[in-house]
Amino acid sequence: MSLLTVNDLKVHYPIRGGFFRKVVDHVRAVDGISFELQPGETYGLVGESGCGKTTSGRALIGLNKATSGEMLFEGKDLAKLSRAERRNYTKDIQMIFQDPYSSLNGRKNVLNIIAEPLRNFERLSPKEELLRVQELVARVGLSPESIYKYPHQFSGGQRQRIGIARALALNPKLIIADEPVSALDVSVQAQVLNFMQEIQEEFNLTYLFISHDLGIIQHMCDRIGIMYRGRFVEEGTASDIYNNPQHVYTKRLIAAIPEMNPEKRFEKMHLRQSINQEYQTEYNNYFDKDGRMFDLKRVSDTHSVAML
Amino acid sequence: MKNPVLEIKDLRTSFNIKGDYYAAVDGVSITVHENEVVAIVGESGCGKSALALSVMGLHDRKATKLEGQVNFAGQNLLTLTRSRLDKVRGKDIGMIFQDPMTALNPLAIIGRQIEEPMDYHMKLSASEKKKRTLELLRRVGIKNEQRVYEQYPHELSGGMRQRVVIAIALACDPVLLLADEPTTALDVTIQAQIMDLMKELQNQMKTGIILITHDLGVVAEMADRVVVMYAGEVVEIADVKDLFENPLHPYTRSLLNSIPSNMEGKEKLHVIDGIVPSIQNLDRKGCRFAPRIAWIPEEDHEEIPEMHEAAPNHFVRCSCYKTFYFPEDRVGEKEYVATNS
Amino acid sequence: MLKFILRRALLMIPQLILLSLIIFMLSKAMPGDAVTGAFMSNPNVSPEQVEKIREKLGLNDPWYEQYGRWIGKAVQGDFGQSYVHKQPVTSLLAGRIENTVLLSLFTAIVIYLLAIPLGIVAGRWTDTWADKMIVTYNYFAFATPLFIFALLMLFLFSFILGWFPIGGSGNIRIDPGSWEYIVDRAKHLFLPVMSGALIGTYGTIQYLRNDIIDQKIKDYVKTARSKGVPEGKVYTRHILRNSLLPIAAFLGYEITGLISGSIFIESIYSYPGLGQLFLQSIAQRDFTVVTALVMVSGAAVIIGTLLSDIILSIVDPRIRIE
Repeated sequence: MSLLTVNDLKVHYPIRGGFFRKVVDHVRAVDGISFELQPGETYGLVGESGCGKTTSGRALIGLNKATSGEMLFEGKDLAKLSRAERRNYTKDIQMIFQDPYSSLNGRKNVLNIIAEPLRNFERLSPKEELLRVQELVARVGLSPESIYKYPHQFSGGQRQRIGIARALALNPKLIIADEPVSALDVSVQAQVLNFMQEIQEEFNLTYLFISHDLGIIQHMCDRIGIMYRGRFVEEGTASDIYNNPQHVYTKRLIAAIPEMNPEKRFEKMHLRQSINQEYQTEYNNYFDKDGRMFDLKRVSDTHSVAML
Repeated sequence: MKNPVLEIKDLRTSFNIKGDYYAAVDGVSITVHENEVVAIVGESGCGKSALALSVMGLHDRKATKLEGQVNFAGQNLLTLTRSRLDKVRGKDIGMIFQDPMTALNPLAIIGRQIEEPMDYHMKLSASEKKKRTLELLRRVGIKNEQRVYEQYPHELSGGMRQRVVIAIALACDPVLLLADEPTTALDVTIQAQIMDLMKELQNQMKTGIILITHDLGVVAEMADRVVVMYAGEVVEIADVKDLFENPLHPYTRSLLNSIPSNMEGKEKLHVIDGIVPSIQNLDRKGCRFAPRIAWIPEEDHEEIPEMHEAAPNHFVRCSCYKTFYFPEDRVGEKEYVATNS
Repeated sequence: MLKFILRRALLMIPQLILLSLIIFMLSKAMPGDAVTGAFMSNPNVSPEQVEKIREKLGLNDPWYEQYGRWIGKAVQGDFGQSYVHKQPVTSLLAGRIENTVLLSLFTAIVIYLLAIPLGIVAGRWTDTWADKMIVTYNYFAFATPLFIFALLMLFLFSFILGWFPIGGSGNIRIDPGSWEYIVDRAKHLFLPVMSGALIGTYGTIQYLRNDIIDQKIKDYVKTARSKGVPEGKVYTRHILRNSLLPIAAFLGYEITGLISGSIFIESIYSYPGLGQLFLQSIAQRDFTVVTALVMVSGAAVIIGTLLSDIILSIVDPRIRIE
């Protein structure tokens, strides 16, 4: 059974206009996406800014309200749960944010930051709590005395580790990681990514990995969904997507990854140009007359594409 | 041999922090030739942005001390008065900034912002300026240039704004362009478009370009020569092909190994021990990268690390590159192998 | 644009109704009424007679009937009779509104004439002696209570030096329209305007200085410098345009703020404006006048806000109105 099943999820925001500020239209931030997460896998949600990937992640954790659709977590629809019921599930779903500077409360020390979810869900004596926090801090590779320090005393990579420790505190099953390394330097990025892979094995975590960086997605993810304007254009395994992209938008995204071989740079440039041409000449195969993506169609057991 | 456009000689840029000066750029020498793209690459805190600001004279004059020379067209830019410098900036040297969302004046129309450098550097009538501006807009790939001319920055997308920023830099036909992370704030597909546009323009205009970036992918796509910086110093200079085929300095090699797209599947990425020291805490004696490769014995480093020409036109600092290896008991032991070799 | 103004103007109606209701309620909640003030202290009027007068004036009717009567007339410009001055409130206000508007307008002009150049100097040349002096002046302006400062000015320039008249708004014996009349009015205005303005610069200077310091390090300013724009032009063409914009937009608030804040100045200089009338009327429990005044200044604030919104939408291209 899959851990999480998302069915036709929509998140719309009203646009108001006219004299009486009536709702004239909607921003379709997320416009009908469906996917499944299997326990233990890493699922990548990729797309450019404004494609709805972050909104989707936030809807899953309840930070954005879903307009319609189902989000079945272990069979229970998160969207239909009351606030109180939902609380039980928030334990199992945790989030790691992009900016380790602003997602940690600067006035709390590490002990209080990491203990916060514990205090919300578990009744521990101060001693037990301290032990748990020390354990977590050691697990993310920070020194024991760092629990009395404040976020500004850490580097970006260390701060992201604190964010991860906080997410791990309640032994979650699913972690939604929203651009977890985008604000970090390459070498620090590597640290955090390696570490995320290690704890995945150790705690049997499932990741929903949201990113705009196709290199990182390729490195981290088993299966990938490509988002564009609130919808999926393609879904498949990493090798489906990278070795056999079908949708012109996916092709465009992959061709946009900088070429690491200096000698092939003009080749790459021409590839991009020919894809742009394809985009124009075969537009009707990929978008309907309103410029909307088609529904996903299966092209193999693992691979689906939004094509005519 | 091509003519040098810009010669940076032993540049030292120091910032005043609580009364003391600390060098963020610590004795850097770089030469840029005509029609050459020199990439300066490094992680945050390596001094690459401070270097760009020093060349353009955009540093905070009260809290910065500049030493060395930045020779351009027969004069040292560092010693020019503000008004003399203003005759060079925008005319012979154009600058492209990182974030197109903030680099334009929100209250002026696009057309005027592109015309502004012409106001000071070219004797043109209003209609000539407009004509030139429309042409520039077309050249940076904006198709509805008449309309964009009248628009305000907030009415344009990020990619369009970056094209405008490039048009401004090109307004007076500069011989040198300084691009400070020109694609970092952009989406992937837009980044590719802007890179291709810059390559194309460079081919046409034959300007020298200093490209400052943290992204080795952008370097591989754009640069002719690469300068790798670490902790305020140049640690390696090589032609782009040599650098990617045969990286020498331990820092360059480590960096290449930590990029996810260089690794197949779920291989572990290389992690560099420790953190980049802040400019106040930096130990300026000896090899600055030594603390981060502690398994290399001390005697393999030079006491005063110099730049060595390890191969023709391939320079590397300190002797530690000769014996450097990735230890096997550490994650990320698999060395990055150039894809073309 | 027109649609936006219309929409905003229509939105003012419920605001004004709410304002009038609150004012009416408050005036009813105050101890005593017009009759109390006018007759209770008069030993010749018996309590029975007072009650009769109340009945006649409708003061014993339920509140909503009284409110209906009051608001019905108010929209026609009739705020009733002043019990103290024995004349219609409207005509009582008419002369004074002009005085107060004149005072506020000139105060605003002087504030901007002082604050904008000072703010610019302080913001552009931070940490120079000029900046330090301006900042010091600003601290004084902030810390000095208006009524003490106004009294000091009055004492120094009118009592001791005798340069300016001690009170009033003008000499009624001088023929309006003549040059002499204008000079006389100006003399009467000078001290009240200066007392208000010298202290009122605080907000504008502080805001402008801080904003220029913020703008100076923005990227678009770097872009301007990298174009070779001379430093002076960097300020006039780029930084100041951005920094002055909110100040222009604040004009509406500033003027209405001055109008409703003229109480101290007018009382100290016995300047016959709305503020002075307001204090007097409270003391004499002339409630028809008080409610009318609160209503007028409340309306002024609402209109000022509208004015500011409109100015902002005109000067800032980022605010799009459809």
